[in-house]
Amino acid sequence: MTAFGKLVRTTAFRLTLFYLFLFALFAASLVGYFAWNTRRLITEQITTTVNAEVGEITDIYNRRGLRGLVFNIESRALRPGSNLYLVTTPTGVAIAGNVGSLAPGVISTIGWSETAYRRLEDQDRSDHRALVRVTELPDGIRLLIGRDLDERRRMFVIVAKAAQWSVLVVVVLGILGGIFVARRVLQRIDAMTGTTQRIMTGDLSGRLPVGRSGDELDRLAENLNAMLERIEALMKGLKEVSDNIAHDLKTPLTRLRNRAEDALAKSSCEADYRAALERTIEESDGLIRTFNALLMIARAESGQARGNMDDFDAADVASGIHELYEPLAEDDGMTLRLKTAPAPLHGNRELIGQALANLVENAIKYGKPAQAPQPGTVVSLDTRQILIEARREGDTVLLSVTDHGPGIPEADRKHAVERFVRLDSSRSQPGSGLGLSLASAVATLHGGELRLSDAHPGLVATLAIPFRNGASERLAAQTLDVPQKVA
Amino acid sequence: MLKESRTTLSTSDKQMRLLIIEDDRESADYLVKAFREVGHIADLAGDGEEGLAMAEGGDYDVLVVDRMLPKRDGLSVIGALRDKANRTPVLILSALGQVDDRIKGLRAGGDDYLPKPYSFAELLARVEVLSRRNVGPSEETTYRVGDLELDRLSHRVARGKDELTLQPREFRLLEYLMKHAGQVVTRTMLLENVWDYHFDPQTNVIDVHISRLRSKIDKGFDRPLLHTIRGAGYMIRDGIR
Repeated sequence: MTAFGKLVRTTAFRLTLFYLFLFALFAASLVGYFAWNTRRLITEQITTTVNAEVGEITDIYNRRGLRGLVFNIESRALRPGSNLYLVTTPTGVAIAGNVGSLAPGVISTIGWSETAYRRLEDQDRSDHRALVRVTELPDGIRLLIGRDLDERRRMFVIVAKAAQWSVLVVVVLGILGGIFVARRVLQRIDAMTGTTQRIMTGDLSGRLPVGRSGDELDRLAENLNAMLERIEALMKGLKEVSDNIAHDLKTPLTRLRNRAEDALAKSSCEADYRAALERTIEESDGLIRTFNALLMIARAESGQARGNMDDFDAADVASGIHELYEPLAEDDGMTLRLKTAPAPLHGNRELIGQALANLVENAIKYGKPAQAPQPGTVVSLDTRQILIEARREGDTVLLSVTDHGPGIPEADRKHAVERFVRLDSSRSQPGSGLGLSLASAVATLHGGELRLSDAHPGLVATLAIPFRNGASERLAAQTLDVPQKVA
Repeated sequence: MLKESRTTLSTSDKQMRLLIIEDDRESADYLVKAFREVGHIADLAGDGEEGLAMAEGGDYDVLVVDRMLPKRDGLSVIGALRDKANRTPVLILSALGQVDDRIKGLRAGGDDYLPKPYSFAELLARVEVLSRRNVGPSEETTYRVGDLELDRLSHRVARGKDELTLQPREFRLLEYLMKHAGQVVTRTMLLENVWDYHFDPQTNVIDVHISRLRSKIDKGFDRPLLHTIRGAGYMIRDGIR
């Protein structure tokens, strides 16, 4: 597309053309109205003066007769810039006046008419037009008084010229303005297009230029930049995830393959094969679990799980999870305690339950006291205790799990939530490193967050979920009408 | 060898007639073969239309339906059957394993939902439980296995002459096991039906509950009733097959 073609196609230019047309129409009608009114005014003036003169002259004729009339007419006709006068006999023979010739038949028509005429004194000049009135005086004498319409014509010419010029000026200025505006907008849009094309080719760090005027294009650019920011973060996350997946899934897959190969090469009896196959199944089950957790996180993060949200009490979830994990904790030499207050919530019960279960599993796995008690010191039972708590604080529902293990150093807390991150670098404990990621994703899905803090010593992992998250406001309002369940 | 291990998985006394509607040839053949090996009759339909026609025509105990099928979607097959008042239990198999997909599947008229990939033991256990459901709801107020007795109304449990004290959740666990006495019940089935959660716990949380229950009902008795079925789950029954 040529540069001009591009310019002409811009919205700004098209809008300019449209407004131009409107303004030209407006100017033309204004001038037209003006011209029409002027013409009317001039005609009115002519008729008034002519009528007055007809009255005067009729009076003179009545008082002084034909002689007086002729004398009067001749004297009037001599005045500069005078009207047209003609006195004729009833048969149309001129007696006095300054009219040389008239269109035929005018003198015999009583009343107003417009006619071409020629004055007596300027024979050489071409026809003029005049507005005349013919009156019949007593005795059949006809009197014609008229006024040249040249003034009216000149006026009309002036107005027409003015109209032409004003429309021309409007059009030229309008087109120039349109080109200017369109070019300005086009330049900025081109800059944006250039950047987006660069981004599309893979350079996600590009940002749109933002001007200082704060106009609509700047706001658009700002918003697009914010969007790019988010996309870049997501892409970075995605890349990290795929790197991690590649690493963390390849390891068990390699292990699985090695075992199968090993069994194939070395096993001699059925029992060996059986054991190898069982381990293979175990390993693949672990892989499947990892995949499921990854999918769950991805779904929670992308907000797809927003369906299936309903109202429930977070305290019920907490006691359910407590009940589920209590024996397991006890087998591990830990005590799982529960403390709940009613905490109504709108959300996905299943996901919240799973997130809390992950936190509890983590606490059981990693929340054991850091070192064996020093001989002689009094060890309070508390350090082997894990507390599950559900409560409501203002508009936020808090589901927390507190252990008294080594905790997570503050510097590592942000990192701990990332996928596949296992702070226990020896990886001696079984686990996929996805538990906290999932809990965090679930909290984000519900408009909340996963907070990790210090329990002095130990870790407090809290799912903080706003009671009124965007989508639930309507439902939250409904629950207020429902009588509260008596706990 | 594997064949033998499978036969031990099947606990149904009755031979089941199954219809498998699955378009992936390999998994379909595997399922048909596996079900036949454990002694059930399994027919195969390769697409939704064929599956619907066969399900309407044949007298099946359970339908195993893949969600994504050519010609007609699995959920629509189930919907069409339910519209014609066909109440044959349906187990949905799906690669879409997420919670909301499961709920969608159950709302469409499915009776159970199993995400892919699944273990055959899990599928078999669920199908057998479904087939029994179709026979008629077991709404007796008292369950009996050997000398173990559970009264669902008074919440009393007794083994022989000994009264057993169970926690409420232990009672529900035992109740579910006894309702499906003689059938394999998997860990996920227990988590779903006793705790109402559908996720995969990463630890052996169910096993711990079972061992607690076992210590209450089997400890000190000669004949154990609660058995662990390797690679599948648990089963309560009198004596070992």
